[in-house]
Amino acid sequence: MNVTLKVWRQSAGEKGRFERYEARNCNPNMSFLEMLDEVNEDLTNSGKEPIVFEHDCREGICGCCSLVINGEPHGPEYRVASCQTYMRSFKDGDVITIEPFRSKAFPVIKDLLVNRGAFDRIIQAGGFISVSTGSAPDANSIPVPKVSADLSMDAAACIGCGACVAACKNGAAMLFVSAKAAHLNLLPQGLAEKDRRVLAMVGTMDAEGFGSCSNTYACEAACPKGITVDFIAKLNRDYALASVRTKLLGTDVAA
Amino acid sequence: MGVSGVLLVAFLTVHMLGNLQIFLGAHALNSYAHFLKISPELLWGFRLAMLGIVAVHILAAIALTLENNGARPVDYLREKSAASYASRTMIVSGIIVALFIAYHLLHFTAHVTNPEFDLLLDEQAKPDVYGMVIAGFSNPLTVAIYLIGVLLLSWHLSHGVSSMFQSLGLRNRRSACLIDSAAYLYAVVIFAGMAAVPAAVYFKLIS
Repeated sequence: MNVTLKVWRQSAGEKGRFERYEARNCNPNMSFLEMLDEVNEDLTNSGKEPIVFEHDCREGICGCCSLVINGEPHGPEYRVASCQTYMRSFKDGDVITIEPFRSKAFPVIKDLLVNRGAFDRIIQAGGFISVSTGSAPDANSIPVPKVSADLSMDAAACIGCGACVAACKNGAAMLFVSAKAAHLNLLPQGLAEKDRRVLAMVGTMDAEGFGSCSNTYACEAACPKGITVDFIAKLNRDYALASVRTKLLGTDVAA
Repeated sequence: MGVSGVLLVAFLTVHMLGNLQIFLGAHALNSYAHFLKISPELLWGFRLAMLGIVAVHILAAIALTLENNGARPVDYLREKSAASYASRTMIVSGIIVALFIAYHLLHFTAHVTNPEFDLLLDEQAKPDVYGMVIAGFSNPLTVAIYLIGVLLLSWHLSHGVSSMFQSLGLRNRRSACLIDSAAYLYAVVIFAGMAAVPAAVYFKLIS
């Protein structure tokens, strides 16, 4: 199958523009990224600059791939990352638009590659638990309710790809932050630092220039891991309670 | 947005129930209207509180819109969004509803657009609200403005009501379906209840 690509090309400090490329004789069962590899091979062989895009595991689990395909983060398939999108999802002769994740907090480094360091700084602000190192604790020494364990596991499925930010018209990072906060807040190991975590992660999120949530739920639809907006409601609830406890009463959930 | 939204929804519900008393006749509506104006201090206190809540809602909306537009400086070529149209256009429906409320206050509260409403008195020589509503909705242009206004208001509510539960953290997987359906139903009920009065007057079902 043959498709035409409209690819966003942008160098540092440049405004950016779309370029058209032809991808010929694609195998319908090749992945979208393999198709881009082939196009890049041709570009390199003809002495042109290849298209820069981010990728690593190509198994849908690392969260590196970050393409907006035909206006949808990670392309047309439901709960699938760009790397697990195959050419059989498109038709022969299609014109496919490929853009980077667009958000002020994710500046374009080059072409389709964006800097998602803002996510790392949010994790550094509170996406951890503080434990003294030593030998591993005995299994099951801390009882965890099954409901909490399951919910925490659902939240922990987030691979931090940033498709939620890319899908949001406000460039909000609430789905990511809520999943990362809930993953730890739901467990007894994370409870001690719950209030501090929520305030620090939300504070960093705001400082990084992400927009605010207007509950359109475009993020949930784009998420390759099926993180639900229930976690956003939980983050809103936890943030309100943490604010009242910390700022108004001068106490803490653990106190 | 969520907290001011809850208060505005509470006001809207009472407002609609008050309006519907027109179907009980002139006496019911007028005595309700006179009851609301029993104490000028209470009336103005309530009016100022409502204006304050509206101001908070509008200022928060403006601040959020500016911040959110800045957070996505470059748009996609043709975005395919899973979000509902109502949720994506809250600022547009909000601006139209704000203009409609301004017109509504000038029309029925301040009588700026129709100074002759001041002269309408009932048999007790008190303001005749019933007569004012009948006179106000005899003009097809006014009826059209009101119908468009309440339609946009319901459109705004179809996203806003369930959204305020989400913003206040009062929504989860189990309650999501119930909250979303109830919010949608509420928007439809508000439209029906609010549009019933101008429509009934215009089509001479009440006179």
